[in-house]
Amino acid sequence: MALLEVNGLSAAVDGQPILQGIDLTIEEGSTHVLMGPNGAGKSTLGFALMGNPRYEITGGSIRFGGEEITELSADKRAKAGMFLSFQNPVEVPGVSLSNFIRNAEHMQTGQPVKLFGFQKQMKSAMELLSMDETYADRDLNVGFSGGEKKKAEILQMLMLKPRLAILDETDSGLDVDAVRTVSQGVRAFQQEGHGALLIITHSTRILEALHVDTVHILVKGRIVETGDAALIEEINARGFERFTQEA
Amino acid sequence: MSGQEKQTVADVDRTLYDFKDDESGSSFYRIEEGLTRDIVLQVSEEKHDPDWMRDFRLKCLEIYQNTPMVPWGPSIEALDMDRIATYVRHKSDMKTSWEDVPEEIKNTFERLGIPKAERESLAGVGAQYDSELVYHNVREEVAQTGVVYTDLESALRGEYAEMIRAHFMHLVPPTDHKFAALHGAVWSGGSFVYVPKGVHVDIPLQSYFRLNAKGAGQFEHTLIIVDEGADLHFIEGCSAPKYNVANLHAGCVELYVKKGAKLRYSTIENWSKNMYNLNTKRALVEEDGIMEWVSGSFGSAVSYLYPSTILKGARSRMDYTGITFSGEGQDLDTGAKVVMQGEDTSCVISSKSITKSGGIGTYRSSVMIGRTAHRARASISCDSLMLDSISRTDTIPAMEVLTDDADIGHEARVGRISDEAVFYLMSRGVPEADARAMIVAGFADSVSKELPLEYAVEMNNLIKLEMSGG
Ligand SMILES: Nc1ncnc2c1ncn2[C@@H]1O[C@H](COP(=O)(O)OP(=O)(O)OP(=O)(O)O)[C@@H](O)[C@H]1O
Ligand SMILES: [Mg+2]
Repeated sequence: MALLEVNGLSAAVDGQPILQGIDLTIEEGSTHVLMGPNGAGKSTLGFALMGNPRYEITGGSIRFGGEEITELSADKRAKAGMFLSFQNPVEVPGVSLSNFIRNAEHMQTGQPVKLFGFQKQMKSAMELLSMDETYADRDLNVGFSGGEKKKAEILQMLMLKPRLAILDETDSGLDVDAVRTVSQGVRAFQQEGHGALLIITHSTRILEALHVDTVHILVKGRIVETGDAALIEEINARGFERFTQEA
Repeated sequence: MSGQEKQTVADVDRTLYDFKDDESGSSFYRIEEGLTRDIVLQVSEEKHDPDWMRDFRLKCLEIYQNTPMVPWGPSIEALDMDRIATYVRHKSDMKTSWEDVPEEIKNTFERLGIPKAERESLAGVGAQYDSELVYHNVREEVAQTGVVYTDLESALRGEYAEMIRAHFMHLVPPTDHKFAALHGAVWSGGSFVYVPKGVHVDIPLQSYFRLNAKGAGQFEHTLIIVDEGADLHFIEGCSAPKYNVANLHAGCVELYVKKGAKLRYSTIENWSKNMYNLNTKRALVEEDGIMEWVSGSFGSAVSYLYPSTILKGARSRMDYTGITFSGEGQDLDTGAKVVMQGEDTSCVISSKSITKSGGIGTYRSSVMIGRTAHRARASISCDSLMLDSISRTDTIPAMEVLTDDADIGHEARVGRISDEAVFYLMSRGVPEADARAMIVAGFADSVSKELPLEYAVEMNNLIKLEMSGG
């Protein structure tokens, strides 16, 4: 049984149709890459999968872990094991990064999170991501640089251990070293956590150290091509021209 | 907010503040409603006032009768003084041990967690029930440093009688406004604190005010003198059960911060929503003195509350951090006032307001920089968070500057909870209601950070309670 099964998913925002019949199947522990030109609907797909109420599902269905989740609210999807790393993480004043993660963990599991073990895990995850420890006590994303915000997203992913993580351009805005660091974090999630991934990206650097199973090309709200890692090379060399012409 | 604290927050019980104790029995003495010369004389007699105090009360009554209502601010038309009992007390004396406090009153304070807080984290506690202090105690080791913390009545007759006479209603004269005059006429209860020169009281003193009687007024007077180089943190808590008739709170707080001294005055106010809270608080700060106000206003139907500070001495400082939460049926007019007189004086006012379900929150401030206050610095910021579109928030800052070298900063922001932020938190597994509460608590965080832990937790509980519509 597949972890994620999307069938004929259509979605609109502000009454404007964006996604038009997406089919997508992601197996437990596998890594998928989603590429496509600006405005194609990649972030929209991420939001629709995660349950952002602004994105209205106008057709199709989403199954996760064998359960129908199309109507579930975002928090219930998170509890089921979904995670979205935002293209633009939101600043939340007055809520510290570490307290927030601990709270989220508590709410997902229903179990109080023991402080000692939690702090140990945070410390090692932050080390892996070369994040200064002091960030744990800072307000969630407030005043974080673009790159720091992305690292904080991956930190949350490592701590919350979802079954499927959707990474929406987590690599964009990162410097060369940061891309490598974040990529290590993603690798740890892939290999140690056996988590499945849907990586939305415009660049290939984050993928260099990762094993990729499947690549999808999204153009104008439709998946126009699905293939193996070789597709990435092709896009790198020739861009999306072939697909946009067909679409 | 850790996982565990969160659980405490979720467990909040709405009945925490709203339980009523029956006072119809014969163990309570209640003066008849209204305000006449006879009633004022009766209060005075009840309290065994010295002569000067009795005369002072009568003078205040006269001022009250000749002073018009304030022409601005929320309406208090529904407040009918003829229906307010100005004096209600239990027929027992003040105790210094919780054991001796009458059972029904002790239970009230147990439920509010006061004796526990005293054992764990306070240097002294005063507990007022209706018009009188029912309990007053200060830790032995604190008393030994010469710190005086007692009820004002006994202080009026004891060794500090002269000191009190020299300060009582000098900072807030009865001519200040109508309710200051009313306070002067019928005041009862409250505390007197004196911290001698150079003494640092490391843990806070607390007074808790409970107005339990229906259709009554509470008029406690708090007088604090922090002598040169001394340091004190004083906490004030208030609550009352809800009745369908108006209750009135017109307390008065007078604070004297001497040369190089520091006083922090923290309040968590959760009066019931039939309360008219017309409280006057004022501080006078000498050279190099520091006055810090931390204020959380959650309750009452109508509040007029503007802690004021006179920065008289050179280099004296004032810091105000306040938050007001106005829900359904509440019209809360709060803010801060400062009069700067000394050279190089400075003040920082940081005010937050949350409005919900049609509540009205008005921030009103006044900063006056006098001719002598050279190089004065003032920084004012107010942030409002509106939780829906039927609520109202206003900002009315006034400023008068009589020097040409003042440094003034002012900023005001009005915001709403963004759907984007709610979704972000929800995508991490936080249910929508908790996500909203988390954002609101985060907004209030700069204020809860200023409070001792137990009070910060209580404030988060109150926010959670208000958010759930309680
Ligand atoms: N909240 C919104 N309001 C209005 N239009 C939106 C909204 N979200 C997406 N759109 C529109 O939907 C289309 C798809 O946007 P989306 O953000 O999904 O693209 P994307 O593939 O992620 O692009 P990029 O590579 O630039 O991140 C765009 O035309 C965009 O303008
Ligand atoms: Mg995008």
